[in-house]
Amino acid sequence: MANIKVLVAKPGLDGHDRGAKVVARALRDAGFEVIYTGIRLTPEQIAEAALQDDVNVVALSLLSGAHNTLFPKVVELLKEKGMNDVLVIGGGVIPDADIPGLKAAGIAEVFTPGTPTGKIVDFINANVK
Amino acid sequence: MANETLKAGFDAYMAKADAASAKFPERANLEPNRLYTPLDIEGFDYEKDLGYPGEYPFTRGVQPTMYRGKFWTMRMYAGFSTAEESNKRYRYLLANGGSGLSCAFDLPTQIGYDSTDPMAEGEVGKVGVAIDSLADMEILFDQISLDKVSTSMTINAPASVLLCMYIAVAKKQGVPSDALRGTIQNDILKEYAARGTYIFPPKPSMRLITNIFEYCSKFVPKWNTISISGYHIREAGSTASQEIAFTIADGIAYVEAAIKAGMDVDAFAGRLSFFWNAHNNVLEEVAKFRASRRVWAKVMKERFGAKKAKSMMLRVHTQTAGSMLTAQQPNNNIVRVALQTAAAVMGGTQSLHTNSKDEALALPTTESVTIALRTQQIVAYESGLADTIDPLGGSYYVEALTNKIEKEAWDYIEKIDELGGAPEAIAKGYIQKEIQDSAYKWQMDIEAGRRIIVGVNKFTQEEEPPKNLLRVDGSVGKLQAEKIAKVKATRDNAAVEAKLAALKAACADENVNLVPLILEAVEAYATEGEICGVMRQVFGEFKAHTAL
Amino acid sequence: MDIVEEILKHNRLALSKGITAVENEYDNAVDIMTKIYTHTGHAYVIGITGPPGAGKSTLTDKIAKEFRRRGKTVGIVAIDPTSPYSGGAILGDRIRMMDLMMDSGIFIRSMATRGSLGGLSQKAGDAVKLMDAFGMDIILVETVGVGQSEVDIVKTADTTMVVVIPGMGDDIQAIKAGILEIGDLLTINKADREGADKLNIEMEMMLELNNEKNAGWRPPINRTIASKDQGTVEVVDSILAHQKFLIETGKLTDIRRARIKSEVTDMVNVRVNRYIDKNVVRTAEFDATIEKLQRRETEPYSVVDDIVSKVLK
Repeated sequence: MANIKVLVAKPGLDGHDRGAKVVARALRDAGFEVIYTGIRLTPEQIAEAALQDDVNVVALSLLSGAHNTLFPKVVELLKEKGMNDVLVIGGGVIPDADIPGLKAAGIAEVFTPGTPTGKIVDFINANVK
Repeated sequence: MANETLKAGFDAYMAKADAASAKFPERANLEPNRLYTPLDIEGFDYEKDLGYPGEYPFTRGVQPTMYRGKFWTMRMYAGFSTAEESNKRYRYLLANGGSGLSCAFDLPTQIGYDSTDPMAEGEVGKVGVAIDSLADMEILFDQISLDKVSTSMTINAPASVLLCMYIAVAKKQGVPSDALRGTIQNDILKEYAARGTYIFPPKPSMRLITNIFEYCSKFVPKWNTISISGYHIREAGSTASQEIAFTIADGIAYVEAAIKAGMDVDAFAGRLSFFWNAHNNVLEEVAKFRASRRVWAKVMKERFGAKKAKSMMLRVHTQTAGSMLTAQQPNNNIVRVALQTAAAVMGGTQSLHTNSKDEALALPTTESVTIALRTQQIVAYESGLADTIDPLGGSYYVEALTNKIEKEAWDYIEKIDELGGAPEAIAKGYIQKEIQDSAYKWQMDIEAGRRIIVGVNKFTQEEEPPKNLLRVDGSVGKLQAEKIAKVKATRDNAAVEAKLAALKAACADENVNLVPLILEAVEAYATEGEICGVMRQVFGEFKAHTAL
Repeated sequence: MDIVEEILKHNRLALSKGITAVENEYDNAVDIMTKIYTHTGHAYVIGITGPPGAGKSTLTDKIAKEFRRRGKTVGIVAIDPTSPYSGGAILGDRIRMMDLMMDSGIFIRSMATRGSLGGLSQKAGDAVKLMDAFGMDIILVETVGVGQSEVDIVKTADTTMVVVIPGMGDDIQAIKAGILEIGDLLTINKADREGADKLNIEMEMMLELNNEKNAGWRPPINRTIASKDQGTVEVVDSILAHQKFLIETGKLTDIRRARIKSEVTDMVNVRVNRYIDKNVVRTAEFDATIEKLQRRETEPYSVVDDIVSKVLK
């Protein structure tokens, strides 16, 4: 009876939510319980929503280039709240050069434009704690 | 009679080939007939359906001479980091044959936050230039004569503030406001539906828009007061028909609001402009441009009783589709952009921005921007596509497709009318849902292989990560904070307080036009965040609750 | 982490983990609920239900804010349907409540129905108890009122509010027959829409017909425009008026007694069903009996007698 819960969230000010919404629907169709929290959220709001719903996965989407600041901040806040088992993944317009830094900061995987949604589903299934 | 003979001949001809062998094996959607003939445009009436360029219903174009008079404005959307950096890029583009400017602002600027606001963290200077006060705007247009250049600004919720900054810079250059040419996007409805940089709730937002219409009709008469945008609706995943239908429905709402505010339709409608996306399917896009002009002309003439031809013309800026750029094999994007450019030009656009090959990865470098600009120049000077007006007019296929897109657009507009108009349809989530459904279908078609994107789901190859991407370094936020501190230390703070208080009081009175008060605050060097801040206090903030 | 101890110390992570335990039927769930029980019974529970698109979550958001203004802490359990095709769900209520996210006096939990067989009403009831023990004064349970399981969830509430909107056309017939009857409060949301007056009259007429059921309490009909926060104060006043009525007439004690009875009955049923499922249904002997029945070598009545006498011996 333990379903995988995923929070799909857009930190920062970027309003491009096509990708986030498509991913949210695809995850639902893959059998996950998806909480979509909309655009223009602070990392604090995202971390608190993740805690209240005790999600297994936080999926962050950002196209504005602020990922190096905002993604690690979400990870940090989740840890502060004691949410140590959450799988945090990210997607958006993210240059390859930034990916090692994001991974070091606790983003488990980064999905760049053109990624099939099935790949994200597989990653979650293989890595969820 | 003639058609019956034709029909018999056509049927006999088509029967000769095996139908199955003429079907694309891998493509399930968007499949047109194999061959188009006069049978597909039955009842076609040249004068009624097309007419002449520059004449109702403007199907063939809005000017009588089109590109024989002058080419479209080659207007490259640019802006990043600080005003200093962006000013350099603008001057580079103008020196290389760009014929207009198009300013990209960073997200804090677009949402009315100063660079020092906690909400701006990580975003300063990222997707565009950071503008906090008139001081930044002065630097942005340094050594650019505002009486010579036309400038488009992608700014919506705080459009009034940025327009006032532009007017103020012009004044300092000695250029009167009635000489200024350019466009503000100022299209809040599509922000609620598709783009997300709203600030205030719909009612005060619509008031700001009509205030701008009114102010500009008196003091900035050559300015395009709005760019009613389908571009972002398409980027969010809509179809071609949805793009023009939802956008024209937004346009109807703006016209209604201005009429309700007491303006005569012909006093402002000529300054309304549109913004289309140039997507990958070349002929469908050409048909979309043509259909959109016909629909808008009918809307303005029949629904609003416009008298001036100018009020009925759908003048359009175009941008090639950013969402169609691939991160994989980025050089392929050069080809995509060339085809999209061809579509926009054969569709009769008035101005065009071409995307750069590296924009699925980062903001474009100077080198890639140059290729994008050269693409337009090659299409203009070498391709022959601009040699004659509406070159595809009369093509059986393109005319049939134009009719089809027009019909689909009318069906949507009718549905939106039933829901109570575009603002209500957006409030109900109808438009967002339609767009989302199309976006999801598009993605699932790609994943199922029913839609091929070269280099993404077919003809893929291992690649090295691309090098030489543009990076905006993190110090921009700090630089902007220093500039704001300097402005606040040198301006007359008591005057700023007074101007902001006057603006706040005026916000509460619906009968006051806010633009002159915003201009005074801007000229006193109030920051954008301060100006939007007082409006936030009175108007409140909009929160989107789009369900999936 | 001792979840129960930590919940009693207002640890939000513990509350969240506790709800997950009952939601996922983890091994420690029974233990948690056993220990928490004596710490419950303080919160006032409000059920909010109505058809899809009635604006329930926006209204819930506004009601929560109004209770906060009145100094109360608020827990929210928001339930969304699981897709029967994929088993997945979009839990879409939180997006309307993101404003509440930074308020430590609020805790929101989204739950999917996951097929009603799993005893959703019990799980939602357990989530309510955990929020109660955590110290929430008010708990709002929000769910789509379309099926029996949702109606069951609403039974966990002290006060139940049914939300409707104008312009649902023939749907009003279905409402007449069903969910309106469970409302202690009726709310017409989106009341600026055409048809609000007509709907109001129809609802008044229905209440006339139902008068004898609601002895001493006639459900008030409030009008709201939740998106503009209009009418929220009146709704909260009505909730409190109903609470006062229940307390003064002693009905609150009756309702809660009945609820405990039904909860325990449900728990017994679940336990007995599981026992029977394991020890009777899933046995070779039972399969053999079914075969015999199919060949008409015996008949069901004596089979049932036989099983029951063995199980209940």
